[in-house]
Amino acid sequence: MREEKGQGQREAQLPARRREELRELLPGLEPERQLTDWGRSERVEGAFDRTLVEFFYRYWFRAEVEGIENVPSQGGALLVSNHSGALPPDAAMIGKAIREEHTHPRGLNITVEHFFKGYPGFSMLLPKIGCVAAHPANVHRLLFDEGQLVLVFPEGRKGTEKLYKDRYRLRRFGRGGFVEAAMRARAPIVPVCVVGAEEAAPVFAQVGLMRRVTGLLYFPITPTFPHFGLAGMLGYLPSKFKLRFLEPIEFEHEGMHQDKGLVQTVAHEVRARIQENLWDMLRRRKSLWFG
Amino acid sequence: MASKRVLVTGLSTYWGGRLAQALESFDEIEAIIGVDNEDPTVELERTEYVKVSAQHALLRRVVEAAEVDTVIDTRLVVDSATTTPSKAHENNVIGTMNILAACSGTDSPVRKFVFKSSTHFYGCEQDDPAFFDESMGRPHSPRTPIERDIVEAEASVNDFAEKTPDVSASILRFANVLGPDVRTSHIQLFSLPAVPMILGFDPRYQFVHEDDVVHALEHAVKSEVSGLFNVAGDGVLALTEVAGLLGKPYAPILPPWGTGLAASAMRRLGLRIPPEAMAQLRYGRGVDNRRFKATGFRYGYTSREAVLKLGEHLRLHPLVRGAQEPYRYEREVEEFLRWSPHVRGSRKREAALTQEDLSGLRRLLAAQGDGERTGPEPERRPPTRQAPVEHYDDLEPEEVVALLGSLERDDLLALQGYERQHAARRSVLEAIESVLARAEV
Repeated sequence: MREEKGQGQREAQLPARRREELRELLPGLEPERQLTDWGRSERVEGAFDRTLVEFFYRYWFRAEVEGIENVPSQGGALLVSNHSGALPPDAAMIGKAIREEHTHPRGLNITVEHFFKGYPGFSMLLPKIGCVAAHPANVHRLLFDEGQLVLVFPEGRKGTEKLYKDRYRLRRFGRGGFVEAAMRARAPIVPVCVVGAEEAAPVFAQVGLMRRVTGLLYFPITPTFPHFGLAGMLGYLPSKFKLRFLEPIEFEHEGMHQDKGLVQTVAHEVRARIQENLWDMLRRRKSLWFG
Repeated sequence: MASKRVLVTGLSTYWGGRLAQALESFDEIEAIIGVDNEDPTVELERTEYVKVSAQHALLRRVVEAAEVDTVIDTRLVVDSATTTPSKAHENNVIGTMNILAACSGTDSPVRKFVFKSSTHFYGCEQDDPAFFDESMGRPHSPRTPIERDIVEAEASVNDFAEKTPDVSASILRFANVLGPDVRTSHIQLFSLPAVPMILGFDPRYQFVHEDDVVHALEHAVKSEVSGLFNVAGDGVLALTEVAGLLGKPYAPILPPWGTGLAASAMRRLGLRIPPEAMAQLRYGRGVDNRRFKATGFRYGYTSREAVLKLGEHLRLHPLVRGAQEPYRYEREVEEFLRWSPHVRGSRKREAALTQEDLSGLRRLLAAQGDGERTGPEPERRPPTRQAPVEHYDDLEPEEVVALLGSLERDDLLALQGYERQHAARRSVLEAIESVLARAEV
C-alpha cells in the first residue's frame, strides 16, 4: 500500500520561514460551519469524548494525571510522548486529560501516520476527531500560525510495533524532526510519560504476512485481536493509567532549528527525560491493575 | 510598472473572454489584444481579436507591432475531461513554450507575464501536507497527464522568468473553480442528483468562485506582484459538507479498492470522472492562500459561499435554461461595428443597440402604426422624438436585422410598414418576413 518515496523533489517539503504578517491573514472559521479547515468536527469529537473516551478514561483505565500545569494554557506547544499498544489508547487519554484536568481545557491535535489518510474509513473518521497527518508543514502551521497544542509520538510505528517483552523501552526518536518543528515555531516541548498503555493492549507478535495481505500498517496478535475482529482492537485490558506531564523545554531564539547538532542533542535530552520518568513511575507502581 | 497594452491569450476560453471583458472597463489600459485560434465566445467591446494559433513567429509580430507590455496567458487546460490528452499537451506545453518564445528576446516590449495555472500542480497524494504553500514542490512526480502538463508548463515559465529578469512573471495557481457560468468536471459531479464519493473517504476541498478568478487575474495585471501564488477561497470544506451546502445527499458509490475499474464502468454509463478529479475524491487538497492576500487581494467569496452560489444556480438552472441565446462571434459584424466610417464614433456604435433606443424605436413604431393601437405609451413622449427616426434610417441593414430578434410580432408588423413607406430596403423587408414566418410557426 505504501508508495515509494524519493522520486521527485523531496527537499522542498518545509514551508519557507513565514513572515509574522501572514499569521494575521489566516482565515477565520465561518460560524455556520461544522468542521474546521482541518476537517475536525466538534460534533463527532464531542460524541466520542462523551461516550467511548469518557468510559475508558474514567472507569476502565482510571487515569491519574500529574503535572498538568506544565501544559501552557495558550499558544502553541508540542507534546511529546511515549507510544505503545496495537490501537494506541494513549493519545486519546492525553487529550482527555487536558480537557478534564487543565484549568484552560484545550483541544489537542494528534499527529498520525500518513497511512491513515489512504485507508478507507480511517481517512474519514480520524480528521473529524482531531487527528492530523504527521507532516512537518502541518505541525508548523498548527504550532506557529494557529498556536495550538500538538501531540507527537517520535517513536512512530516503531513504538506501536514493539512487543510486550520490550515494554517501556523507548525506541529511537526518529531524526529529531519534532524538535526542529518546535524550534522553528518557537513553541515549547512538553514531554509526556504514559504508564499503563503497554499492558492495556499488549502485543505478543507481529504477523508480517497478514500485514501485507490486509494492507494494514501492522498486524499484531493481542489478547483480543484478530480473533474478535477489528473491534478486538478496542479490547483493552483494564490496566491503571498514569500520565505525567514534564516541565516544558522552551526555545526562545530564532533559527535554532538550523543547528542540526543542537536538534539532536535536544531530541536525546527529551527522550532521556521521558525514559527516566517512566522508570521512576514504574518503580512506584505497586500493581499493574490498581496503580 | 502600470500595464497599458495587454495581450490576452486564449481569448475564446471562458477565462480569456471574461478577463478581456473585465479589462475593457479600465481606462488606463489603452489596448487589449486577444489571440486564439477560435472565435471569442463572449461579446467584446474594444478588445482586438487576432485569430492566430500559438505560433511564436506570428505571435511575436503581434506583440512587437502592438508594443504589448503585458501578456496574460489564460489558455492552460486544467481539466482533462474537456479535451484529449494529446490536444491538452499540445496546448499546455507546446503552446506555453511558443507564447514564452514570443515574449522573450532582448528587444521584446513585454515587461509583465501572468500565467494562469492550477493547484493540480501539487497533485493529491497520501502524504500531502494539509495546506500546500507556494514554496512546496510536489511530494511525488505527477501521475496524470494533465498534472504532468501543468508541471512542465510552469517549469518553462520559471525558466523564462530566470532568463529574463526584467520581466515580472507571476504564476497564479487556482483551486477548483465553481460558478454558474464555468463548466468543469467537478461542477458536473456536483450537478448530479447525489454527490458521488469514494466509500470511506471524505476529502477536503477548497474552491474559488469564478468572479474571484477574474479579479485575481486583474489584480495580477494591475498591481506590482510577481512570483508564485495560490488562489483559493478561505476555508477548506469536507466533501460531505459540500454536499450538505448543495442540499444534496452524498453517495459513496465508488469502492475504495478497484476505483479505477468502477470509474471506467461509470464512464460507460456516461459519467466521466477524469483521473486528477479521482485523486482529489480520494485524498483532497487544501492550499495556503495567504501569500496572495498579502499582496492586497481580497476574495469576494469563501469556499463555502462559492458552493452556496453554485447550489443556487443548480436549483435555478433547469428553469432558466435556454432563455438566453449564446453569443456568436461574426467577424464581419464586429469589424463593421469597429471600423466602418458609418458607425458614429467607436463609443457610439453601441448606442444603436441599447435598450433605451430599442424602446424608443418601439414607441415610435407604436405611434407610426395604426391609429387605434395607442398603447400605454403617451405618458412620456421624449421631446427629441424625431431622433430615433433619423437614427433608424441611419442603421445599416445588417444592424436592423440584428435588432429583429428582440422585437415583438406587433412591432415587427409596424416596422415592416414603416420600412415599406420609407427606405424599403429589400434585405430588411425579407428579413422581417422571415422572422414573422418563423413566429407564425
